[in-house]
Order: sequence, then C-alpha cells, then structure tokens
Amino acid sequence: MTIFLTLILLILVTVSIWQVTKILELSQPKVQSSQIADDSDNQTQGKLMFAFLIFVYGLTIFSFWMWGDVLLPNAASEHGSEYDNLMWATFSVIFFVQTITQALLHYFSYKYRGEKSRKAFFYADNDVLEAIWTIIPTIVLAVLILFGLYTWNDVMFVEENEDALMVELYAQQFNWKARYGGEDNVLGDANVRFLQDFDGKNLVGIDATDPNGLDDIIVQELHLPVGKEIIFKMRSQDVLHSAYMPHFRAQMNCVPGMITEFAFTPIRTTEQMRMDPDIISKVRKINEIRKVNSVELIANGEEALEPYIFDYLLLCNKVCGASHYNMQMKIIVETEQEFNKWIKNQQTFAQFVQ
Amino acid sequence: MSTGSINAKEEEHAHHHKETFITKYVFSQDHKMIAKQYLITGLFMGFIGIAMSLLFRLQLAWPEKPFGIFEILLGKWAPDGVMDPNVYLALVTIHGTIMVFFVLTAGLSGTFSNLLIPLQIGARDMASGFLNMVSFWLFFVSCTLMLSSLFVEAGPAAAGWTVYPPLSALPQAQPGSGTGMTLWLVSMAIFIASSLLGSLNYVVTVINLRTKGMTMTRLPLTIWAFFVTAIIGIVSFPVLLSAALLLIMDRSFGTSFFLSDIFIQGEVLHYQGGSPVLYEHLFWFLGHPEVYIVLLPALGITSEVLATNARKPIFGYRAMIASILAIAFLSTIVWGHHMFISGMNPFLGSVFTFTTLLIAIPSAVKAFNYITTLWKGNLQLNPAMLFSIGLVSTFISGGLTGIILGDSTLDINVHDTYFVVAHFHLVMGISALYGLFAGVYHWFPKMFGRMMNKNLGYIHFWVTAICAYGVFFPMHFIGMAGLPRRYYTNTNFPYFDDLANINVVITVFALIAGAAQIVFLYNFIHSMFYGKETEQNPWQSNTLEWTAPIEHFHGNWHGKIPHVHRWAYDYSKPGHDEDFIPQNIPLKEGEEELQH
Repeated sequence: MTIFLTLILLILVTVSIWQVTKILELSQPKVQSSQIADDSDNQTQGKLMFAFLIFVYGLTIFSFWMWGDVLLPNAASEHGSEYDNLMWATFSVIFFVQTITQALLHYFSYKYRGEKSRKAFFYADNDVLEAIWTIIPTIVLAVLILFGLYTWNDVMFVEENEDALMVELYAQQFNWKARYGGEDNVLGDANVRFLQDFDGKNLVGIDATDPNGLDDIIVQELHLPVGKEIIFKMRSQDVLHSAYMPHFRAQMNCVPGMITEFAFTPIRTTEQMRMDPDIISKVRKINEIRKVNSVELIANGEEALEPYIFDYLLLCNKVCGASHYNMQMKIIVETEQEFNKWIKNQQTFAQFVQ
Repeated sequence: MSTGSINAKEEEHAHHHKETFITKYVFSQDHKMIAKQYLITGLFMGFIGIAMSLLFRLQLAWPEKPFGIFEILLGKWAPDGVMDPNVYLALVTIHGTIMVFFVLTAGLSGTFSNLLIPLQIGARDMASGFLNMVSFWLFFVSCTLMLSSLFVEAGPAAAGWTVYPPLSALPQAQPGSGTGMTLWLVSMAIFIASSLLGSLNYVVTVINLRTKGMTMTRLPLTIWAFFVTAIIGIVSFPVLLSAALLLIMDRSFGTSFFLSDIFIQGEVLHYQGGSPVLYEHLFWFLGHPEVYIVLLPALGITSEVLATNARKPIFGYRAMIASILAIAFLSTIVWGHHMFISGMNPFLGSVFTFTTLLIAIPSAVKAFNYITTLWKGNLQLNPAMLFSIGLVSTFISGGLTGIILGDSTLDINVHDTYFVVAHFHLVMGISALYGLFAGVYHWFPKMFGRMMNKNLGYIHFWVTAICAYGVFFPMHFIGMAGLPRRYYTNTNFPYFDDLANINVVITVFALIAGAAQIVFLYNFIHSMFYGKETEQNPWQSNTLEWTAPIEHFHGNWHGKIPHVHRWAYDYSKPGHDEDFIPQNIPLKEGEEELQH
C-alpha cells in the first residue's frame, strides 16, 4: 500500500514539475528563455533563497523533534560518558557554526539579489578578516583535538591487567563466537591451521599442544560481568569483519592473520538497562511498530512478529559478504555472581573435543 | 614572461587544417571536443550510478518487498522481484565506484579541465592533444569494462567501492569476487592510466602555455584548482595502481601481499604473512586525496561562478590559493582517519586526528571567503549561481560533521555507520555534483553555442536542493543511532525497527531527486539543439574563454591570442563604467592593478 501511494506521489510530483514548466513557458510566450537572470528572476530566486534557509532550519528542528530520541543510545561502558561528553561538545560547536554560516550565506543571497540599477561593492581583500577566520577555527579545533586525544589515549591504550577478563571475539562468515580464557584467564594459542582438528570440533582453531588453551571456553552468546574490565582480542578466519558494540561505544576490526584489541568496562547490566526509562519508551515504541507490522503479516497468513525485549548487541560493521546484514551476537551483561554461575556450566575446550 | 614567448611563436601558426568526421567527433585532439566527450560520457555514467542508488534505496525503505522494476532490470538477480543480498552489495559497490571515479573525477575534472585550461590561460590547445585524446579513450575503455562487469555470470564486484581484501581477493568469499572483480580491477587500472595522462597534460599546459601577461597570480581560481587537483592526482593515483596490481597478483598468481591465515569454505588457504591493513593504507593513500580531487575542481568552478555572478571580486584571492595549496598538502597526510579502528597502532590514530582536523582550517577559510564574496554583491541568481551557493551550503553542512569523523575517539562509534554515508555524500557527493551542474549551466554557452532553459534550471536546482537535504539530513540520525552501512535490510535487528520510517522518508526524497535529474537531462539535450543562441560573453565575465569566438575551431582564437593585463576578478571596479573588465583589457592610464 505504501509503495503504491509513494509511486502515485512520485508520478504526481513529476507531472506537477512538468506542468509548472509548461506554465512558466507559456507565461512568457514572447521571450525565448535564455539563462540570463533578469531583475524579476533575481527577486524571486533571492526570496526563495531566504525561504530555503527557513527550510533548512525547519528540517533540522523537525528531525530533532521527530527522531531526536534515536541519537546515541544510552552508554553502558565506563568510557561511554566521556565519549558522549566529547560528542555533545563537538556537536554544539558544529551546530553553532552551521546555524550562523547558513544564515549568513542565505541571507546575503537574499539581501543582495541583483538589480540592474545597482553596482556591487568592490571589496577584494581584508587581511584582518582573513586572520580572524583562520585563528578562531584554529583555536576551536586545537581544543577539540586536545580533548579528543586525551579521550583517545584513555580508551585505546589497552594495558595488560591481572584483574581484567580476557575474551576473544572470533569472526567468520557469518557469525560470531566468543572465547574465554577459563580458569587461568589466559587465551591459548590459536591459528586457522587447527580448525580441522578433532573433526571440525575445534571451532576457533585452538592449538591443542598449548596447555593454556585446554580450559578455554567457546560460546555463541557473549556474557560479561558488570563493573569488570574486559580486554577483547579480535580474530577473523576469513575476511575483514568489525566488532561493533554501539552501547559500549566500542568498535574494532577483525583482521585475518592479526589479533586486534579493544577494552572497556561495562557499567550497567542488561536488567538495569531494561529498566532505564529511555529504553522502556524505546522498546514500547518499537513494539507498537511491530504490532502494526504484524497486522499486515497476519493478513497475509504469516506469523506475527515476536515482541521485542532489549538486549545489548554485537554487530558486524565491515562488509563481509551476502549475509553481512545478519551477522550478530547477543551480549548479556550480568552481575559477577551470575556470570560465574553461567561460566561454570560451560564446557571447556578439552571437554568439548573429547 | 618566458612562458608567453612560446605562445607568441605559436600564434603565427595557421590552424585551419582539414578535419574529417572521425578526427573531429571521434578521435578528436581538440580540447573542446574532448571536454564534451568527457561530459557526455560522465553524465551517462552518472545516470546509471544514480539509477542504481534508487534501486537499493527502494530495497532499504521496503526491505524484501517485491518490485516489478527489480525483476525487469535485475532479471535472475531479483527472483519474483525480490532483490538478492549479493546484488544489493553489488549495486552499492558499483554506485560508489561510478560516482566517485567515473562521474566526479573524470566527468567533472575531465570536462572542465579540458575545456577551461587552454581557454582560460590563453592557449591554442593542451600541451599534447594526442595524449589528451588517448586519455579520453582510455577512460572510455574503462567505462565499458566497468559496465560490462554488470553482465558477467556471477555479477559485478560487490565488496564495497573500497574493495578491501580478503573479501575482494577470494572468489569463495562472495560471488562478486570472481570475474566481476577482475573486470573491476582492470577497469580501474586503465582508468588510472587515463587519469594520469590527463593530469600530466593539465600540469604541463598550465606551467608552459600561459599567454603573455598571465602570471600565476593572475590565473582564475578555476585553473588553480584544476592545476593543484592534477598534481594531487599524479602523486596519489599511482599508489592505487600499485594496490590494484598487488591485488591482482594475490588473486591470480598466488602471492600473499594482503592475505594471511585464511580458512574459508572448509579449506585452509596457502596465504601467509600478508596484511589486509597494508591494502587499506595503499587504498586510502589515494582514497583520501581522491576526495579533494573530486572537490577542488568543484570549488574552483564555484569561485569563478560566484565572483562573476556576484559582480564582485572573489574575496581573498591569495588566501584562496593558499587554502587550495594547504588542502592539497594536508590531503596526502590524513589517509589514516579512514583506519582508526582498523587495528593499526592507536598512536597513529592520534597523529591522523591532528592532521585531519587541521584540514578544517583552510576549508573554513574558503567557506568564509565565499560568504564574504556574496556580501554587498549584485547577485545574478541564474541556475549556475544557485548551484554554486548550494555548493557552499552543502560544503559547510557536510564538512562540519567531518570534525566528528576526523576525531579518532568519536569515530569509534560512528565509523561505517550511516553517519559516514551522510557526511561524505553531502561534502563530496552533493557538493561536487553541484559544482558539476554549476559548471554545465555556466559554460554550456561556451560548449554548445546555445543557452539552457532558465526555468527548467531553477526547477532542477530547487527540487535537487530540497531533496539533497531531505535525503542526507535524516541519514545522520540513523547513523548516530548505530545503524551500520551496507546492510541489505535492517529487519533482523528489532532494535532498529524505529528507524524504518526514517528510511522511507529518505527513499521518497531520493526518488524525487532522481526525477529532478530527468528535468536536467531534458534541458541539456533539448538546449543542445534548440536552445537560444548565445552571445559571445553572456555572463559579462572577465576570463579569456569569453573573448574567443562562439563557433568552435581548433586553435580557439582567430589571429593572435589575447594578452593579459590584469587578474580575473575586476568586477565593479570603481572608476569604470562597466561592471566588468576582461583580463585582456590594458590598465587605464593611472589605474592601479590591485595588490591582491
């Protein structure tokens, strides 16, 4: 139905453009249209320029009003708030500059629309002005750069840390696996050469001769204890993938033949996040949309969509082939006790391949 | 002027050699004809590229819905009208490749560098007409190869326009990495050869063939932009060529430049010791300067069109040149900002953040200078002028979000999301397209001796301008919400369900924008044959191309080449009756040449 309406809309727009052209052509029958703008064109187009400024502002306000709630999902990692502060600081600078410059640009286009009788003001140069708008951006950018680098160093330099939990994220077309270091919290050596050992049961290619690997635990669902630093080691067995965890402000590519790393500390459990008012209203909104979509599906004899419950996500964010769009893994952040209980029930590598 | 003397000798030559249909219209060595060939080929490719984007926009707004048009256009790749995920990726890939390289590099720079360099510097033709011709025909061959890849059995390249290995290197990884990718790489290699021949020619011509009096600081900013663009191209395109060649070796000859430790489809491959990150470095060493290869000519055109139609000198001529040079220099040392999370050392991330944000300074200078050029002008708001103003607007909107993406920290969460798509489409896609349109409207009389229809031009601009923001403004929102790009559908993530209606809005605007381009196409073709005949200098412009006769012949000027006595921007100069003084008019007695 929506498609049909859109198509009709498109046809109408096309027809109306064509009609408007015809009218414009007919309204000036004597003059063969040249491209040179006369005074009346300048009048109209100048006013349209001003109207366009209002359109740009209007679109901005409309978008924030309609969709402002989808921007930056609530941060759930320790560095998340630092990231968000930097983002909003940068955003306000951008917003300010955008508002002023667009206003000047379009207002001048309107104000100084041409007239035959007028002559432009010959004004070729002004060193003071040039200096001003070189120095001010320099200062603003210097502040942003310093602020940014400070945060970057904080986030990216992973220090080996006894207390941190070691987790490997293992990517392949088109799914994720996670590996924990087990009792010793050390990830055993691994390489794709070992993938075919144990009749293919060596899911991430652990080197069975490395004693550190025997107690490793491989799972399809990522569990993380809250409040503990997690050091991720990323691997890929085939093509580039990217481990993207938007709620944790975390992303790192997974590169075949290389181990990349990223670390963060989750600060909110999945349960806590589900109780967050923003998330509650988001989930409610999504479920309303799903209910509406289900009506159509049921009418077509298909199954209704399941209601949505919030969960953290790990997505693939580097194009990796046909099913790239469905390469995901659920992340569950829980209390340390829950986590320990869960991991005790998982098979170790040694148990699994036996 | 030592350079002037070369032309002075050439002026004696008679330029009325006989031309057949083949030498005049097909294998022409006349820069004006080559420019037209570039333009028409570029526009043709552009319409294919835009049509592709509309197809995948339909899929994104109404995922997995059957569309009759898919079945008609995509055939077996859209069984029952439902687009296949591989085809979605192929469309995205080829759309990007076509728009970036074939339309905005060759179509824009190829057209206007060829048309304007000889005409605006006062030369009879390019330094080498023959190389110029070869350059165009290599471009044509590469277009043909790229389009032919659409018809191979397993489909065209589908690894994204950046074709990162291993995805692009291994036919097992996706169907598009078979013959389609081979054709893509060969086509690009030929394209690079074409681009290099063109660029060398532009640089040599600008340095050597300027007419008497045309010092570097009297050159119109268009020429400065084309000149510097050509230099960036010469510096960076060979690196992409090497990346393409190494990738071909990895694909076909078993080397391991970019590949290591790969297990795919139940098999361990022999590759050892290579790194995909190396490819990323090589690719983006071109890839980032490429943004400026696309953008600088558009900015050059804007400078010229804005000044002419504001009837005012461009504000801060020297600052404009300095900012072009600064952008060009910085553009070669910022490529790493595409790779903050590629796994390279985080320290490099800090360095690239620093250099990247520096680029914002010359860009800001340019934007402010454009705005000041409009101040107290006498603006002639014809379609070319509207597109130039539009360019400044999208250049600012798109450029500002670059501050977020160029900051390594902020990039972590928006990298490869729709935020990036929105950013680069505004700042280089739409801006450069506006530059292309401004150029076409402004120099159409020079190219075809006729005028385009003004009212159709106005409709074209306003519909495009509204839709461009309508498409890309909301796109920032879905990107900030964390929606990754290059997803065939988002329905597998209920979390993104509340973004579905934004995607519908974007697609509707995109479809209308696409329709508006048909207005342009009609105007372009119709005016070529039936447009109003132009006078010699319709815009009352100062630059030399308007002193040449309307009719085209090899050699550009009858008799002597005009000499230059002033810069290109003496508009509304006090003490003169006319509000423009072409560059070939000598200074009046007692008139001071501006110390710009």
